[in-house]
Order: sequence, then C-alpha cells, then structure tokens
Amino acid sequence: MYQHRKEIMQNVFLTYLPASKFKTSVLSAHLVTPLQKETAAANALLPAVLRRGTMRCPDMESLSAALDTLYGAQIDYTVRKKGERQCVGFVASVIDDAFAPAGEKLLEPVADLLGELFLDPVTRNGRFLAEYVESEKQNLIDAIRAIRNDKQDWADVRLMQEMCAGEPYGVLRLGDEESAARINNHKLFNHYQQLLATSRMELFYCGSARQERVQGALCRAFAALPRGVVAEGEPIRRVAAPQEPRYLTEEMDVTQGKLSMGWRCDTDDIPAMIMANLIFGGTSNAKLFLNVREKLSLCYYASSSYARSKGIMTVSSGIETGNFQQAHDEILHQLELVKQGQWEEWELQGALATMCSSLTSLSDSQGALENYYLGQTATGAEDTPEDLMAALRQVTPERIQKAAQSCRLDTVFFLKGKEETVC
Amino acid sequence: MLTNYDRIGETARWETLPNGLPVCIVPKKGFQRKYALFATRYGGMDMKFQLDGKWLDTPAGIAHYLEHKMFDTAEGNALQELAKNGAEPNAFTSNAITCYYFSSTEQFYENLKILLSFVSVPYFTDQSVQKEQGIIGQEIGMIEDNPEWQCYKQLMQGLYHHSPARTPIAGSVESIREITAQTLYDCHKAFYTPANMCLVVVGDVDGDEVLRLAEEILPKTSGPLIPRDYGTEEPLTPCQKETRSRMEVSMPTFMAGFKCPPQHGGEAQMRSTALGELAIDVLVGESSPLYARLYSQGLINGSFGSSYDILPGAAYVYLGGDSNDPHAVVRAVLDEAQRLVREGLDQAYYLRLRNANFGTALKALNSFENIAVSMAEGKFLDYDPYRFPEVYDSITAGDVLDFIRENLVEERCAVSIIDPISGETKE
Repeated sequence: MYQHRKEIMQNVFLTYLPASKFKTSVLSAHLVTPLQKETAAANALLPAVLRRGTMRCPDMESLSAALDTLYGAQIDYTVRKKGERQCVGFVASVIDDAFAPAGEKLLEPVADLLGELFLDPVTRNGRFLAEYVESEKQNLIDAIRAIRNDKQDWADVRLMQEMCAGEPYGVLRLGDEESAARINNHKLFNHYQQLLATSRMELFYCGSARQERVQGALCRAFAALPRGVVAEGEPIRRVAAPQEPRYLTEEMDVTQGKLSMGWRCDTDDIPAMIMANLIFGGTSNAKLFLNVREKLSLCYYASSSYARSKGIMTVSSGIETGNFQQAHDEILHQLELVKQGQWEEWELQGALATMCSSLTSLSDSQGALENYYLGQTATGAEDTPEDLMAALRQVTPERIQKAAQSCRLDTVFFLKGKEETVC
Repeated sequence: MLTNYDRIGETARWETLPNGLPVCIVPKKGFQRKYALFATRYGGMDMKFQLDGKWLDTPAGIAHYLEHKMFDTAEGNALQELAKNGAEPNAFTSNAITCYYFSSTEQFYENLKILLSFVSVPYFTDQSVQKEQGIIGQEIGMIEDNPEWQCYKQLMQGLYHHSPARTPIAGSVESIREITAQTLYDCHKAFYTPANMCLVVVGDVDGDEVLRLAEEILPKTSGPLIPRDYGTEEPLTPCQKETRSRMEVSMPTFMAGFKCPPQHGGEAQMRSTALGELAIDVLVGESSPLYARLYSQGLINGSFGSSYDILPGAAYVYLGGDSNDPHAVVRAVLDEAQRLVREGLDQAYYLRLRNANFGTALKALNSFENIAVSMAEGKFLDYDPYRFPEVYDSITAGDVLDFIRENLVEERCAVSIIDPISGETKE
C-alpha cells in the first residue's frame, strides 16, 4: 500500500498528500464498487440524488448557501469508470484556510457536509424524496442519451460496447437507459443502503492541513458509516481478439466521420506497452499525428490511448467519410512500423520525455492527483508516478517492439456522415 | 517592477523590453511545471485593418489559419521540436487574441527559445499553406458538428447586425480557400510585432534569464500599433430575436443572449466583468432561487450555465443548456430580473454570492494557463487582473441591480435553439 494511504476505519482508506502551494484544499470521498450492467445506472443515479439535499440542508438552495458561505466551496458528484470498477462519490474543493478573509476554518465544515451527503440524505417515510429521484432519473436518462451529441464520444462508446460486449468493461460509466428507466425510489433506497455497507470507501485529501486534523475531521464526519462485508468484485480479465476483426458502421447526419479502432494487447510488460502507445499515437509528436494528419492531411486529429488495467489500445480520429479506407490503412500501417521497430531515436526520447513531464506535473494539480490516486486505488495498482517513471526509463526498444506485436485488432467502428445526394 | 498581492498570496514582475514587448513573470515556488505563453492582440474579429497606410480586408478565419501555420519553420516544425524536449505545446485563437504556449518540467529555457523564435519568424510557402486547408477543413467540419458551437454561432448572428462577432473564428471551408502565403505574411507583419504582443512566464524560473533570452531572440524594434475596424457601434437591440435549426441531438439545446454596452478597457472593464458575472449569478447562478426552481421543474439540468463575455466592440450576457422548453426558461429569467429590480436584493444573499465569486476567482489562480491568459489580456486592455479582491470590494448590491435593470430585459434579448432532427418542435 502507498506510504501516504492509510486505513482510518474498517475498509475506509485515506490518501493524504500534504501541499501548501495551492490556493485550495481538495477533499474527496468515493465508494468503489464492481462495474456491472445490472447496477451501473443505479450507482450512477445515487450521488445525483444524494447531492440534492441533506437533513440539515434539504434542498439545492440551502446546500448552495452553505457552500457559498464557505467562500464558494464546491462539492460535485462524480461517477467514474476505473478499469472494471465504478467509483461514485463527491469531490470537494475549498479555498485554503490561509486565504479565508476572517481566518475561518474551512476544512471541518466541508468534511461535515461530505459526510452528511453520504449518510444523512433528506428522507420521507424511510425513502428518498420522490421528486428528487424522479428528476435525477430523468437527468440521468437525458445524460445517457446526450452521449451521442458529441460524435467522437459516441463513436468511442459504441466501439467499447461492441468490442467488450459481455465484459464489465463494455458497460457504460452511467449505465444504460433501460436499466435507468426501471429504477424506482424503493429499489434505489435499498440499493443505497447496501452499497454504503458493502463498498470500500476511498478518501483523498490534498492541501495544507496536518494529517491528524484531516483524519480527525473525516473520522467524525463518517463515524456513522455502516460497515458490512465488502464486495470487491472479480479481478479484471484480459480477453483475446477474435480471429478476424469486426467492422461496424453507423450513419448520422454529420459533416465529419468518426473512426474508432480497438486492439487487444496481450502483454504483461505494461511499461513497454505504454511506450509503444506513445510512439504510435499518444503525443502530438507520434506517428499518427505526424503521418495521418500532418503528412497526408487526412484528419484534424488522430490519437491513440492505452487502458493498461484492461489491456486495450484504441484510436480515435475524425475524418472525411470518403477517406475511410485510406485512413484505416494508414493507421494500421503506422502500427505495423512500431511492431517492426521502425522509429527514430527522437521519437522514443520525445515520447519518454513527454510522459515523464506529465507524470512529474501531476503533483502540480490537485485534480489530477485526485484522479490518479483514485484510479490506482480502485484498480489495485500500487505504483506512484515516480515508480512508473523509473520503470519507463528502463524500457528497451526490443521490449517496445515485442509489446506492440502483442496487439491484435479486435473491432473497428465507423460513424459515417450521410452521403450527399446529387440533385 | 515587482508587485506583491498579499490578499491572494501572489507576486508578479512586469518589465518592458527595449523593443516594446511587455513581459510578465509570475513566480510559483514549489511547482514542477513551468509555463510560457506568447500572445498577440490579434484574433478572429481582426479582419479589417490598416497596413502601411492601406486598408486590408482579410478572409474570415485567417488569424486561426495563421496560428496553425506559425509552427512551420525553415528547419521543420516547432511543435515537434518542443515535443521532442517533452514539452506540451499548443496554441489557440480567440475572438481577440492568439496565444502560443507550452509547459515543461525539463529544458525550460531551451523550449522558451523555440517558442520565441517560431512565433516571431514566419515561414510559409504556397504549398504548405495549401496543404493546411485539408487539416483546417476537417477541424471546421468537426466543430460544425458540435451542437453547442452551432448554437453559439446562431446566437451571435442573432444578437449582432454587422459586428465581426458574427463570424466564426475558424472561418468557413469557403473563406479559408482565399488565404495565401502573402496574406499570412501581411497579417504577421501587422500584428506579430513586439508592441502588440505580450510574453508571460509562470513557474519557478529565473526572471532575468527569461528577459535576456527574449531580448536576444526577438526583433530589436517594433512596428507600429495599427488601426483596426470592427464596424460602427451597434444598436443594443438584436438583429434577430430568434434563430433556430435542427441537428443530431438527443434533446433541444439553447442559448439566450442579452446585448450589453461595449467596454473600452482599463479597470472599468475589469470591474464590468466582475459585476456582470456577479449579476448573472445573483439572477440565475447555481445558488439562486430561480436556478433551484427551474431545476426542480425539470426545465434545466446540470448542463445549464451562464456568463458574461466582453469582445472588441461588443459585450453580452448569455445563458443556456439543454431544455425541452427554452422559451419557458427565458421567460422565467426575464420575470425574475423584473422581480429583483422591483423588490431589491437581500443583503445577506448578495454578500454570500460576492464571497463565493471571490473564492472562485482565487481558485482560478491554481491554473497557470488562467494566470497567463488573464495577465496577457489585462496588459492588452490596460488593467491588473490581480486586483480582483479590491474590485469585488467596490461592487455593491445597488450596482448589481443597476446592471440587471439595464441589461436583462426583453428588448436586448435574442434566443438560439437547436432542435433534434426527429421529434416535435415546441413553439
């Protein structure tokens, strides 16, 4: 376990990162639960309903007033997919005590509010308020439907749904519309009680307060958290690509087509695969950017990303519908070059320098740190940014090549614009 | 000149180089990242200007096109040079400015040299300019498929009669065809001159070294600040009360805009920004009674937002998001504005919101990007962005009510709506 992560109550872990260079403190609390088709929508709905009101601040106006009084403190609910885990909870940020004009203490009241949001929601007859559930349910359904408004998001989501159909990884972060529509107040309240008792809780703090003070404030705020047997869920599984890649096409009334491609990476050498992805399409200096965009002018963007917890690499690109085949072939060709070890020394060094720079910079952003450590703790990974940097520096060209060779194309999804009709 | 800002725990050093370039260094101890931004006061709206005594009308989208092409150098491409050093370089073009920036943890001064050099030395060929049309054409295609962008474009065309605010920053596939290497050279000569630019560096850096490098690399003299033309001042009534179209969206999305008098720089403009933001928060911000009511009625959702924006020769308040009944939302906002003007503001509510806005402004100082862009904008418009605590102190509930009384009225309002392709249109 990380040096700075500590179990402060049964199955409640606090990651504490001291820093006094920021104007703010960030405090977050998440329940970590298996990502499953059956429960994803209910999990996603829960923090939205909880965010509507607590017994002390029973509506949006009084909650906002409480936060405004703390100099515009913010508490946002979040639903995140980390590997095959779904993390639901709240992220709070508040100006550091040092800048409170009247010298107020701001950490404790924010911690209290966080605790109340989880443990003391406004209820009537042992249920949530019906109007809160109904309106947030509608918002959730609207948000799921709205994914298609951003065409690249839509193409990426459709790729993942098709490629990982039947695997937890194929489940959308917010769940699906049908499951959302079936939720009612009764089911949701039961689900809430069960989730609270059976999920590991991850707390995070980054700011200038001392550890004892943070821990004290959180232990008090979460003292009433029920603790049962924690359900951790199955370890994540790597799946093999089919013999022949699957090709899927959808049509929409859009100007630009979106091409999404997914590979299964069958390697345990994660640092080498990270490097392979960076050289292929992970930076603005990568083969995809330099060739598909700059050399051939086929697109405005083409980039790849590697989900290491699941062993999947994907490419996203926006192209003219008529250029599908050319762009598709060029993307495969560029990956082939990585598999053959055909890159210049500067490509490797640039990729490494870019990655190290972004890992080093993590410590400059509370939001990035919060997200990084939640991802690590949720998926059971234990390396710090420094550990990862050290591992990347050890990677040899041979290892990169070998990792790239483990990639097999699984699914290609193309969102094409409607062909223009000739009058 | 070094200034300490005790209320926000910040320091800034401003110097002007012999060639006229203003340079700002914001020290940030304890941070690994170092950030440099090189900005020119030249944006999408600067299409008509005077160069060497002659008025030029340039194609829509040229400032943005120039931004793309600036990365080309005689030796290759500066984007790649920076990326090789592990820097994360990028650029953006807004209505009023173009900025080039990078952040890096290693080789900062080396990267700074590259930045200063590629932005100040243009290198275009007809062939490379031609080639970029494919890439930018794709970029335009991408943003045209974005419903929020279309909604904003429609709103600007509804609000303004002839202001260049009507024209999308990237131009159109047609307008960018007119761009040649020569027009790009003209625009570079007109606007990429030290007196019209600003360099901002944020991070734990040696300020003297930054100044030395800038002096060494940049031109020794500056061209003049040239006249530009944004057209005659507009009436405060919109061109078209409602603009509407259909796209592939899951539910209607809308924006309402309220025309406000243009601003002319100085601390008055900075105060106007703070006042306008505060007024719109009082009216329909997340902690307003109206927001809570509209949200619980299902008329708005988490996508709803509002702000106040100032452009060259133009200013407007806007609000919007996804809604199944945009007109009901706009009606409710107008009614609430009238109610506030009639009944006045609860002082405690007002002070709470002012504190909250102060906190939000303070939080923004965690972001090097925010700091650098606001410093450059402040220099171009002649105000000091770090004086925001004093500016907030100076705003009263009466000022806020005056702003609402004057601006948040039906005569100033235009609405833009994007409906789904399938489904009924609610009138």
